[in-house]
Amino acid sequence: MNIEDFILKIEDEFEDLVPHKLKPESKFREIFDWNSVNALTMIAMVDCEYDVMLVAEDFQKSKTIQDLYNIVLAKSAQ
Amino acid sequence: MAFFSIPHTRIAGISTCVPKNIVANKDYKWIGAKERELLIRKIGVAEKRIVTKGMTASDLCFEAGKKLIEDLNWNKEEIELVIFVSQSRDYLLPATACILQDKLGLPKSCLAIDMNLGCSGYVYGLSFMANYIAHCNIKKALMLIGDVTPLASYRDKTAYPLFGDAGAATALEYDEKAAPMHFNLMSDGSGYEAIIIPDGGMRNYPTKKSFDYKSYGKGIIRNKLQIALDGYAVFNFSLREVAPNVNAVLQHNNISIDTVDYFLFHQANLLINEAIRKKLKLTPERVPNSLNKFGNTSSASIPTTIVSQIQQQVTSQKLKMLFCGFGVGLSWGSVVVETENICCPDVIEL
Repeated sequence: MNIEDFILKIEDEFEDLVPHKLKPESKFREIFDWNSVNALTMIAMVDCEYDVMLVAEDFQKSKTIQDLYNIVLAKSAQ
Repeated sequence: MAFFSIPHTRIAGISTCVPKNIVANKDYKWIGAKERELLIRKIGVAEKRIVTKGMTASDLCFEAGKKLIEDLNWNKEEIELVIFVSQSRDYLLPATACILQDKLGLPKSCLAIDMNLGCSGYVYGLSFMANYIAHCNIKKALMLIGDVTPLASYRDKTAYPLFGDAGAATALEYDEKAAPMHFNLMSDGSGYEAIIIPDGGMRNYPTKKSFDYKSYGKGIIRNKLQIALDGYAVFNFSLREVAPNVNAVLQHNNISIDTVDYFLFHQANLLINEAIRKKLKLTPERVPNSLNKFGNTSSASIPTTIVSQIQQQVTSQKLKMLFCGFGVGLSWGSVVVETENICCPDVIEL
């Protein structure tokens, strides 16, 4: 599990994203037209790919893709 | 008692009735075009059926039940149990099942009862009926199940585009040779607020304030007599509980997942249902889906999916199927059933 792989999986899931545009420091609320549907899509992807459950608070305390990745990493280690 | 098996009960038939009135989500103008397109793609609901004024869930169920009794050529006098599973009953009281017993011309010797469950209701309803058949000498029983959406606010983008209306009927009968039905039923009331209509019951008796519309975020305006969905909570619950519940009922009964022909899940939304399907590593062909044409039809979603998607298979083949309902309560459960050449008339329109 690494951040590059995490980004690739997000790009696969969100077909509107321009490939290779997403970076660890990208602020996901700016890259996406962020709304609850996209948040739920992200939860589903992370659950399927990493067997980790993101919850609403995880998005509230995150700004960047790296922040989300760090939460996934921490939860997967639990 | 999460796990139990019930012998000697056969599903004789399944029917479903939907309103003629088609509402397409491409015409849902409450949100902008881009968000609308994303919503349709992700929840998987292009259109749904919506009741016209005055039509209730019990009206849809009545038509489904009437047609099924006719097609089965059942003698009504032999029907000794009718249940109405719904969270949109005709009146606060009396029980709608009693009204349907009379309307369908069922005998006074028929036990009639309402069951107040939503998305999990089909599996719970089957367990209730099968228990009566297996243990109380009842030979024929009818489950009427369905919900309607006047409970959703048009100005609530989290609810209105999702829900469709349907009413279904399922006929069960005593059969000495029937394979047992294997159940795994669960509940978690700590999540009761995840899907709720806050006012209108005895806890919060309706007042003038109940009708006041309030904003709960961009595109979410509703009053307290309308359904409120906590999308994150419902999503997390579904991903956390459904696949383990399915795996558990299979393992407990030594049933290989590969031997199940079809998995009929409650039609929550495409995002949730696809995530569950992938977690269970099932191919799409084994997981029929009726969201695109009918939306989330709540308690009626499993029978509506059977009738609209695999009618030919259930009427002509011997099948092993797993039904799984999950949602409001929170309440969820699975059942493994075996069917053979059941009666399944075309989708009825009212």
